[in-house]
Amino acid sequence: MTPLAIIEAGAPQDCRPHPRFLLTRPAWQALTAALAVEEATDLLSLWAEPGMVHAALWTAGRLVLASCPAAEGRYPALSPARPGAVRFERMIRDLWGLTATDGIDARPWLDHGRWPAAPPLAARPAPVPYPPPQPEFLAVEGEGVHQIPVGPVHAGIIEPGHFRFHVQGETVARLEVRLGYLHKGTLSLMLGKPARVAARFAGRLSGDATVAHGWAFAMAVEAALSFTPPPRALALRAVMAELERVHNHLNDWGFVCNDAAFAYPHARCGVLREGVLRAAREAFGHRLMMDRVAPGGVTDDLTPAGIAAIGAALGKVAEDIPALRAIYEGHASLQDRVVGTGIVAPSLVARFAAGGPVGRASGRRFDARATPGYAPYAAARVPVLAAGDVDARVRIRIAELEESLRLIEALLADLPAGEILAPLPQRGGEGVGVTESFRGECLHWVALDDGGLVRAVFPRDPSWLQWPLLEAAIEGNIVADFPLCNKSFNCSYSGVDL
Amino acid sequence: MSGRPLQKLLWPRLARGLFSRPLTDAAPSPPPEIAAALAERLEQASQRRLGRSLAIRQVDAGSCNGCELEINALNSVIYDLERFGLRFVASPRHADVLLVTGPVTRNMREALLRTRACTPEPCWVVAAGDCAVDGGVFKGSYAIEGGVGDALPVDLVIPGCPPTPTQLLEGLLALLDAQQPARAKK
Ligand code: SF4
Repeated sequence: MTPLAIIEAGAPQDCRPHPRFLLTRPAWQALTAALAVEEATDLLSLWAEPGMVHAALWTAGRLVLASCPAAEGRYPALSPARPGAVRFERMIRDLWGLTATDGIDARPWLDHGRWPAAPPLAARPAPVPYPPPQPEFLAVEGEGVHQIPVGPVHAGIIEPGHFRFHVQGETVARLEVRLGYLHKGTLSLMLGKPARVAARFAGRLSGDATVAHGWAFAMAVEAALSFTPPPRALALRAVMAELERVHNHLNDWGFVCNDAAFAYPHARCGVLREGVLRAAREAFGHRLMMDRVAPGGVTDDLTPAGIAAIGAALGKVAEDIPALRAIYEGHASLQDRVVGTGIVAPSLVARFAAGGPVGRASGRRFDARATPGYAPYAAARVPVLAAGDVDARVRIRIAELEESLRLIEALLADLPAGEILAPLPQRGGEGVGVTESFRGECLHWVALDDGGLVRAVFPRDPSWLQWPLLEAAIEGNIVADFPLCNKSFNCSYSGVDL
Repeated sequence: MSGRPLQKLLWPRLARGLFSRPLTDAAPSPPPEIAAALAERLEQASQRRLGRSLAIRQVDAGSCNGCELEINALNSVIYDLERFGLRFVASPRHADVLLVTGPVTRNMREALLRTRACTPEPCWVVAAGDCAVDGGVFKGSYAIEGGVGDALPVDLVIPGCPPTPTQLLEGLLALLDAQQPARAKK
């Protein structure tokens, strides 16, 4: 039986618009066995609530959810069949105390032994012994192998995380990333809150993708309530989401150049990006457009002055792209650093189901705006490359940047009239929302109780499936190329630390 | 070199200088009462700082990364920090200021304290962003300390979610202003 057939044989639950099926433990076991022998099904997310685990899978062009009761705190592991499951399983054990039987890595992940009681989302958390345990890293054997520990506090203005390099000479034999430093207890804060209040946390999962995450959460809530937001609100969400993509892609492009000792594109991208952020403030009242997407619509309407500000800022971006591109492509020393550096094989990207520019630079054609697709996007072009190196990830971003400019222009030229925020119906339900952030797809699942309060929730940042590939990308490269690789991925730390 | 090529070079440059606006923003002026309060604090601590420049080490102690985006924006050509004597440095050992963001997660507390221990005296600690001020939206979570002040003595808070680059700059300039009278008295 295919994974899909096994899932669909389960008991259907009322989850919209993507169905969820409750599997028995033997059926879940069969699912793991089926996944082990077929490759076409992508594991996109794995999470839990007390006594139950849930998985989101992309199979046969559809998104389906499957659940398995975790009797006595255990459930059959998916990690032997899908390596992307490893960190989810570690996270589930840390937050809910549920153990993946036969999982391939049982080390803690988010839990550094410093919370007052653990597991924090279990029915009965217990006090934690002191002192916190030392982290364990995977061993590397070989002559002359030594370790370089980096972080959690890094040299630049970036998020904290620990990188453990095993190095032989100048060459990286293995990189292992240890995260969790930014764990803020976001899920616990969302539980029991009305959807509009919980949305503030979705918008702060990863500040750089606040619009995309805010939208994915709103979409999940609206799906749960079978509610369609006003058309003008959808168009404005898309304008904000594309502005977010533009400012982030400019940022990443500039930073990659900077790490290859090319300061000019970095400076220029910074100027253009600042213009976009100021236009966002003029148009929506906040530079990063935080809290502007709300379940039910958007909070700020666009005025003619706002439209003019966006037009002016994006006009400058469009004007400058050809010159920046010429610099990027025309300098041998820059191309030397980015071409062939940090290669991720398409087969690996496929195994981990990594999305965003990381996936699309290695041949994985997945963009949530196209598949599963959502309003108001009609036909987004999805640029795909196969080289999988730093250069390919940059080129995907440049192509997307230009596509976003085109999309915003089209959206602004044809803005529907009408209201921007409608009251949400007061009832319960369960829903899924998927949006495409500049980094990849944001996948939110939410269950609301009859009073409209959040009963269970899981916002999955795209970085979950990209971080492990960064470790693969740097293998065999020199340590000095790590910053370049890292910038070309630009994974979120806060987004996965929850 | 003959006059013609030079003119060719010079004229467009002069024309650009005359007719295009500089990229860099004019400097904001920090509220005088903040600078006065900081100066008083300096006095109390009888700490003397030399020179009108500050080396800043940023520490993310649990931010959502929104604050980092704005601190990075502050580091751009538009704000041109170096003209004020402000500069981001890679090591806390070179820093006069720790610019801390985030609600200080329990998982980052030790790293933050160790960073502070590595920073030579005198050192300003600035809590930037609502989270750093008092935990912000994350207040009450099991996973946070509740604000930078709950882990370290804080000299200046810059609220905002996130604070804009201009607000951040105002705060940093207030620190510079505060140092002036302290130096003048010596
Ligand atoms: S203050 Fe706001 S932007 Fe800054 S870290 Fe906190 S939530 Fe993020």
